[in-house]
This record gives sequence, C-alpha cells and structure tokens, in this order.
Amino acid sequence: MSKWRMVIDLDKCTGCGSCMAACKMENNIPIVDSKEANEGGVLNWMDVITQYHGDYPNIEVDRLPKPCFQCDHPPCTKVCPVRATYLNPDGLVAQIYHRCIGCRYCMTACPYTSKVFNWYEPKWLDGPYKCFNPDVSIRMTGVVEKCSFCSHRLMKVKEDAALEDRPILDGEYEPACAEICPADAIYFGDAENKNSEVYKLSRSYRASRVMDDLGLEPKVYYLSKRS
Amino acid sequence: MSKQKVNLESEPEAALFRPIYETGKGYYIVIGIFIAIFLWAAFMYFNQIRFGLGVTGMNQTITWGFYIVNFVFFIGISHAGTLISAILRLSKAEWRRPITRMAEVITAIVLAIGGLHPILDLGRPDRMLYLVEAGRLQSPLLWDVTSITAYFTASTVYLYVPMIPDIARLRDQGGKLKWLYSFLSWGWTGTEHQKKVLNKAINILMVMVIPIAISVHTVISYIFSMTLQPGWHSTIFGPYFVVGAIFSGIAALLIVMIAFRKVFHLENYLKEIHFKYLGTLLLIMSIIWFYFTFSEYLTGIFAAEPHEMHIILYKFTGPFAIFFWGMVLCNFIIPVIILSFNKFKTITGVLISSITVVIGMWLERFIIVVPSLANPRMELPMGIYIPTITEWALLAGGISVFILGFMVFAKIFPLISVWEIEEGRKQGLKEVEERIHSYLPGTP
Repeated sequence: MSKWRMVIDLDKCTGCGSCMAACKMENNIPIVDSKEANEGGVLNWMDVITQYHGDYPNIEVDRLPKPCFQCDHPPCTKVCPVRATYLNPDGLVAQIYHRCIGCRYCMTACPYTSKVFNWYEPKWLDGPYKCFNPDVSIRMTGVVEKCSFCSHRLMKVKEDAALEDRPILDGEYEPACAEICPADAIYFGDAENKNSEVYKLSRSYRASRVMDDLGLEPKVYYLSKRS
Repeated sequence: MSKQKVNLESEPEAALFRPIYETGKGYYIVIGIFIAIFLWAAFMYFNQIRFGLGVTGMNQTITWGFYIVNFVFFIGISHAGTLISAILRLSKAEWRRPITRMAEVITAIVLAIGGLHPILDLGRPDRMLYLVEAGRLQSPLLWDVTSITAYFTASTVYLYVPMIPDIARLRDQGGKLKWLYSFLSWGWTGTEHQKKVLNKAINILMVMVIPIAISVHTVISYIFSMTLQPGWHSTIFGPYFVVGAIFSGIAALLIVMIAFRKVFHLENYLKEIHFKYLGTLLLIMSIIWFYFTFSEYLTGIFAAEPHEMHIILYKFTGPFAIFFWGMVLCNFIIPVIILSFNKFKTITGVLISSITVVIGMWLERFIIVVPSLANPRMELPMGIYIPTITEWALLAGGISVFILGFMVFAKIFPLISVWEIEEGRKQGLKEVEERIHSYLPGTP
C-alpha cells in the first residue's frame, strides 16, 4: 500500500505562487471576480498563505504553500452527513461533488481551513484561457471542494503501471504544484518506498508538520531550519 | 359560507373562546403586515437559490453565519414549551393551568421554523433527501435530524392530546370549522373512561418528552463541540446549551403571555402571580446561565492555551466585542437587576427583562458560532462576517412565521386550556388541600 507524502522545502520556496496558478489550471478551478474576492469567495486548492511574526520593525514573514493536508485521520470525513467526503483506498481524502449537500460542516471541522465552497455558479476566464482539463470534473454551485493531490493523475499512473505489470516508479506520480515549482521546493512520492526522496526528507531534522499535536497525521511535511 | 353566531353567554369561560369567534380589524392589518414580511423573505430565499449562497455574507473562512445562529436560537426558544409545561405538570404545580397550552404552541411552531433553518443554509437544498438515502449516522448533523424529528413528533402530539376535550367543546358549540373540530375531537364525549385514558396518555407523554427535549439541545451543541475548533471543543457545551435554551424559552413564553393577555383581555386568567413565578424561574435560569458562561471562559483563560486564548481575546476586544458585552448585559445584568427586586418585578419589568433575554440569547448563539470560525487554528488572514440583506430578511421571515403561526392558532383553538382551568376549579382545590394534609406530620 502506497503512502503518498508531500514535502515542501520552505527554505527553497520563493513564494512565487506558480503552484497556485498550476493548480487552478490543472483542476478547472473557477476564477472569481474582484468583488467576490473581496468578499472572501476565492477558491484556492493550493494557497500560498503569508504569516507575519513579531512586531515592527522586527517582522518575520513566512510564506507557506498550503494544499489540503490529506490527513490520515481526517476530521472532515467524520462529520459529513452523506459521505460526500471520505478517505479513499489510496489514503487520500476525496470529495463526491454530486453527493455533497453543501452543509459546509466539513469546512468548519477542518482545523487547517483547507476546504472551499462554491458560493456562486462557477465562472472561468474567457478566450484562449478557457480550456478545461478533461480529467477533472467541473463542480457546480453549492458544493465543497478541495485539493485532491491531483488524484486523477494517480489514476492514470496506476493504470499504466498495471498494464506494464510493474510498481509505480518514484516521481512518476506527482501533482501539478510539485511538477511546476520553479524552485523545486515541492517533493512528492511514496514514503513506503524507503529509497524515495520524500521518505528521506520527511525524516530530516528540518521536517515538521503543521499542528502535529492534533493527531490528525497530515501527509504534508514542511522543511525549515527556522521552525 | 354561512356563519353561525355562537352564543357564549351561558359559557363560564367565555373570555377564552371569544378570540376564536370575534375578529377585529386590527387582526387583519397585523396579519397582512407579517404576510408581507414573509413574502419578502421567501423572495430573498428564492434569489439565494437562484444565484447561490454567495448572496449571503458568509465566506471561505466563516462558513456558517446567520442561518446556523438562527437555527440554534429558534430551537432554543422551542424548549420553552414542552419542557416547561411537562415539568410543571409533573411537579403538579397548580399555577401551570393557564400556561401550558401557550408553551406547547411555542414549541410546535418554533421547532418547525428552527428545523427548517439548516435547509436554508444548504448549498444544495435539492439534494436534501440524500440525508435519508445516504445518511451517515456517525455525523452529528444526522443526530440532529433524528432528535429534532423525534422532538417535533412528540411535542405536536403533546400539544394535541390535551387539546382534545377543548376541541370537543368547540365542536359542540357549533359555528365555524365544524368538520375540522369533529374530526380532531376523535369522538370525545367526556366519559369517565375517556378521561382516564386521556390522563394516562398525558402522563406518559410528559415523562417521555423531557428526555427528548434535553437530548435535542445537547445534540445541537454536539455539532460544535465534536469538532476540534477552539472555542467550540468543550465538554460543557451540552448542558450549557440546554440551560440557554430553557432560559430563552421562558423569556419567549413570557413575551407571548404578556402579548396575548393584553390583546385578548385575559387578565382574569394570567394573573400577576404567574408572571412573578415565571419571573423567578427566569432569574434562576439567568444565574445558572451566568455560572455556565463563567466556567466556560474561566477554564479557557486560566489554562491559556494559545488558540483558545486568541478567540477569547477576540470575543472580549475584537470586532464582535460589542455583541459579547451586549450579551452579558442582556442575559445577566439587566434581568438580574430587574427580577431580584420585588419593586421592579412587575409585568412591565418582566416584559423588559424577557425581551433583553431573547436578544441576549440570540447574541450568545452568534458569539459562539462566528468568532470561532473567524479565527481558525491555521494563521490565515482573518475573515470578517457582515450579514447581508438576504440573511436579515430570512431572520425577519422566521420571526413573522412565528407570529403568524400564533395568530392563526388563536383563531382556531383556545390559547388557554379550558378543561384544565375547569378541572382546577372543580378538583384542584380539593386535591391540593388533601395533598397538603398528607405532607403535614401527625395527621392520620
């Protein structure tokens, strides 16, 4: 059984936001207009959040690329009244958009605030930008969505591997954000494979997880000398 | 439609039947106003369905707003009824007789309104039936669906069963809606056997209804306390919500009683003593509520866990501070000052404190739901929640349905249980005397 892990090296991250852009393109995420954005209606599956520590003039700024942490013990799936979100056999937290009733209980239950809601009918940019990824379904208004670790890519990779009767190679499956990162700050792979880079990095002395004490076992590790 | 004139002159409790047969001009004006408000709310809800939940003030961090606040608030109010009426009946409090019916009506109406609020909150109300089709009983939301359905069933039955003798009276008087009364009165003629069965049924129902009522509000608090959110994840929430519910319920009951006493001239039935007794009960609940609030915040402040502390400070000093301190003022300071002194504890005083308590309890629900969501554990840029006109419209709509429900009920059924008043006059006096004799020492 694969244990998919993501490692984000914050010492390498430049905060450029390419991961956010790649994620939007890959997953057909609607683009909201500025009015909606100001109302707090932006849909980000991958979000680079900015945290400020300390007081002026000694301010430390952290930029944290934040996907869904795909917890091993997700609190969001526990509360869903209709099983529209669940831990799938690959160990990823999946959403069923056509089952979701839009109660948003999973969003309030998530301590990492990883989920987003379609407040309006989704809209996309016009013109040449409007090309959908055929592998990802388009969500309707009134449902919850979130980062899936690009699980549609995993499906493809699994099929290829099964056809050729071989295990999935290290680096064969990675989400769009890891693929695009110009600073190579996002690593992705199977921690079950002891030779994989992800396995080694996740055991690094620099590695930590966000709010590890909650016992949710998030699958995303951050590398930083500072923390 | 031929309207038969009903002769009430030979009727000893004529004042209780008069509202059913005599309708003034004011009634139609008031009912028109509230129907207009309701239609406005319905239009706003239609808009929300058409454009999506974006028309509300909720956003990606503050995902629950007015609808969930109102849901908890209305369900809280509904505890007035059945619970209070059951407890008073069970403890054989003789002064309950003119109160129980109104209390039970509040429950039935408000529970229907409150129970519908989560549906207003749904992003996809069209998929509501998935709750039945694919419901997960592990989810606290489904616990709610179950317990609210049970409570609604139990409380409507508990409202209806003690009403049967009164409905039979209305049937025998003739006049309007005869078909309805003869259907609902189930062939009641008042024989000894029927009375025995009725009393037995009421006894079973009132014992059954108490645990259901308590479970409902406990389970509503579980929606919040089962999550990991700071400010919500608290073991005290179950009883805290139940206390708050009874507290706001008594206040709502008092407002309704005072309003109908004035409108339908029931001064002879709802006397000062009733308001004094219920006022004392309100005072006790206010102090218990304060005790729970104090415990909840003191444990948070003393242990000072950073996330918890962050939210407490946000409530005390942040943008919602005015609501927090308003809540303390409305729920504790004003009612305690008014109700502690006999001088202030007049009907006006009780009315003022009831109104502040209802407002204060709404603020309390708001202060529980929103600030926790505005400060997630993750250090995100903080969200702010400003309700839009849609949400205000739906709140106004909820309140107007409550008033309309009461107005329609008052035109069909007596708001005070007639047969129980008569029973009080005929048997209650003797029974109480005998009971007191049995308490006293030395009497054989």
